[in-house]
Amino acid sequence: MSLDTTALVPRAVTRPPNRRVVGLLLLAAGPVLVLGLLFVLPVTGMVAEGFVVDGRFAPGAVLEVLARPRVHRVAWFTVWTSGVATALAVVLGLPAAYALHRLALPGRAAVRAALLVPFVLPTVVVGVAFRQLLGEGGPLGSLGLDGTPFAIVCGLVFFNVAVVVRTVGVAWEALDPRPGQAAAALGASPSQVLRTVTLPALRPAIVGAASIVFLFCATAFGIVLTLGGVRHATVETEIYLLTTTVFDLQAAAALSVLQIVVVVGLLALAARLRAVPDPTAHRTATPARPVRRGDTPVVVATLLVLAAMLVPILTLVVGSLRVDGGWGLANYRALSGTGDDQALLVPVTSALATSLRTAVDATWMALLVGVVVAAIVTRRSHSVAERRVRSTLDGFFMLPLGVSAVTLGFGFLITLDQPPVDLRDSPFLVPMAQALVALPLVVRTLTPVLGGIDDRQRQAAASLGASPWRTLLTVDLPVAWKPTLAAGGFAFAASLGEFGATSFLARDDSPTLPVVIFRLIGHPGAMNFGMALAASVVLAATTAVVMLAVERLRVPGVGAF
Amino acid sequence: MLNLTDVTVSYGETTAVDDVSLDLATGQVLAVLGPSGCGKSTLLRAVAGLEPVASGSIAWDGTDLAGTPTHKRGFALMFQDGQLFAHLTVARNVAYALRLRRTPSARTAARVGELLELVGLAGYDDRLPGTLSGGERQRVALARALAVEPRLILLDEPLSALDTNLRERLAGDLRTILRAAGTTALLVTHDHEEAFALADRLAVMRDGRVVQSGAIDEVWREPVDEATALFLGYARVVRGDAASRVLAAAGMPPAYAVALRRSALVLDEAGTLAARVESARVTPEQVRLVVEVDGIGVLDAVAPLGSRVSPGDEATLRVDVTRLAALPLTPIRSAP
Repeated sequence: MSLDTTALVPRAVTRPPNRRVVGLLLLAAGPVLVLGLLFVLPVTGMVAEGFVVDGRFAPGAVLEVLARPRVHRVAWFTVWTSGVATALAVVLGLPAAYALHRLALPGRAAVRAALLVPFVLPTVVVGVAFRQLLGEGGPLGSLGLDGTPFAIVCGLVFFNVAVVVRTVGVAWEALDPRPGQAAAALGASPSQVLRTVTLPALRPAIVGAASIVFLFCATAFGIVLTLGGVRHATVETEIYLLTTTVFDLQAAAALSVLQIVVVVGLLALAARLRAVPDPTAHRTATPARPVRRGDTPVVVATLLVLAAMLVPILTLVVGSLRVDGGWGLANYRALSGTGDDQALLVPVTSALATSLRTAVDATWMALLVGVVVAAIVTRRSHSVAERRVRSTLDGFFMLPLGVSAVTLGFGFLITLDQPPVDLRDSPFLVPMAQALVALPLVVRTLTPVLGGIDDRQRQAAASLGASPWRTLLTVDLPVAWKPTLAAGGFAFAASLGEFGATSFLARDDSPTLPVVIFRLIGHPGAMNFGMALAASVVLAATTAVVMLAVERLRVPGVGAF
Repeated sequence: MLNLTDVTVSYGETTAVDDVSLDLATGQVLAVLGPSGCGKSTLLRAVAGLEPVASGSIAWDGTDLAGTPTHKRGFALMFQDGQLFAHLTVARNVAYALRLRRTPSARTAARVGELLELVGLAGYDDRLPGTLSGGERQRVALARALAVEPRLILLDEPLSALDTNLRERLAGDLRTILRAAGTTALLVTHDHEEAFALADRLAVMRDGRVVQSGAIDEVWREPVDEATALFLGYARVVRGDAASRVLAAAGMPPAYAVALRRSALVLDEAGTLAARVESARVTPEQVRLVVEVDGIGVLDAVAPLGSRVSPGDEATLRVDVTRLAALPLTPIRSAP
């Protein structure tokens, strides 16, 4: 006699696992299609450009490229500058993470917002700021650091300290203080508590932040291009030079492949190290404690980091106000024009308008896709297959985070100009590229929030008679609307500053502000450089305002990875 | 010897611990009993040095501890949920304080083995805390706290996270272990059973103040007021004439009020109180009754198993003198 086991399972409660997986895949189809068309297709198109010669698959040439001494030099330069910058960012970021997330420092909300600004500051602006600081006649010009690898490392650190402060700070804030107190009660001094309890507990956050920072450093484009020029190339700028100046697409493709392999590896590693068994557990809200005398070193270190962040920006502002040895707003007034020697085709002000319009479009696109993705990857899985599908999707949507914006931009150019997808003249071409770059930021902001909602809350709502929509409205939405808004602001700021992909895609008659700034610093003429400074200040101020608004929403996870 | 003198702890405007004075002699176990939110955990954390004291003093053997940070007090704190270090094995957790003191590894290993033996977890050395049950985790936390022979061990509701069976078993073990180690301990709990199981002395705390303290049986026999009596597990308090009637039936002088345990009235044909049975419920040990006593009101009573009682029956009851406490004329606000 056979036993009918299906009768034992309450069918109304548990849907068959296969149906769940199918439903999940249907829901994911939209975002996957978008990412497939706008990301996978361009990137593979760019890569294929190198591998296929005269219609035949020829990987030999690519391998040959990887054996070139210049490629070795570039790869080594990328690795060591990124490594040093990552280490510095972690060392500088840890004390600030503690001070700004655990201590009740006066004005810490403002400092936290200020420290987040560099991360979304347009790379070109930072490049300009550092050149103004380190270049001839700059406050630190006598050190002779302009154009050296040291300048590049400084620029990278400047960008990424915020990532460490945020990621580790948020983890530190959520850290249960009681194990540390238990250790103290067992006789551990504060430094022993830090070494034996706190740092081990923070290890996932620290290693996660470090791997993401390394990723950002290794794929940094605008900053390296403005500070390093042709002399100091990283893999990313080398891809740019190879495609736009040398037209050696094979070499560019080879470097893109190299980069993608490294990035995917790093992302997988970061995901592994970040993983916590149960995202809903171990979250406590510890009130910040008053500052004591023992905190002096940490507070001083934080203030130094803050000062180091402010100096380049102040130099930028001061420089923009210098006119012919005196002070004035001439550089700002010139923004309504096109610069000396007709450096530009359109006035800077209209480029700003283009930037804002583009950013609005990029933001709604990134939010639309990002919310669906975050919802998909955070729902609790009921079977192993389902969990695998979800984690694969999670990794897939993180890819744009690390893949070269240059590769993406160039890929857009060469693949989206013919049927089935012809977007060459679409006004959405640039916003779409920027939305892709911002997508991981949106997803990373939303997933901890949605993942932190205990699934039993939804079950409770359902058991009280709420339909799935009603559950979404009463359980998810109240928690998620603020983070969604914050993610939108974050995406907006990132899109405003995007330079890598945009530099390929923006048409000459409608450039965005970062593109215009880059063009201005490339043109000779004191007025042009002054205009670049003024335009940078305007762009930086716009992003800063957006980020301050985001910070006002008090969403803990913004800027954490 | 631990001396708390007029200790006050405040969080901003609210006073969590209000002018508390307590003494704890070496080798004794003192339980601070109170409802949740009464400030007992704050008091414990203040003794551990984790909360700043607004006024008053905490002293050990006559030395004020005001300037001594937690890690130099030599008091081990055991949290309600153990707070084991999740990234360390059981053995490394227990050895934590020993390693801090750079104890030679052979001695550490021997001591860890000894302690795990003591708490009944021999052989658990290489397990991670995540793989242990709640009771096992508490045992490891206890072994960890005892490792360096602290001069005082602070226990924050050590058993309340556990289920009933485990709690009873572990309470017995804990008492034996504390006795065997000769450890001085300060325990806070909201559960009077836990306090009775572990402590020699008892302090009852309410709204940040200690309302009564003394030897445990003394406090239990003579609660200072109604609220204390109810908190110590007395089921009902009867006032005025009714109280005098109950006390008269017990052959005791009249008082303002009397607190009765559930078993204070026993079904007995020779009894002097006439009552009508309202409900009867059989439990594993006795029959629990709710009765309406003539001229007194609704009270609890018990009958031996096998008694034939059903609702509506008339019955007579006798009073068990050991299961009631006469309360003083007026409610006392705080202990002297």
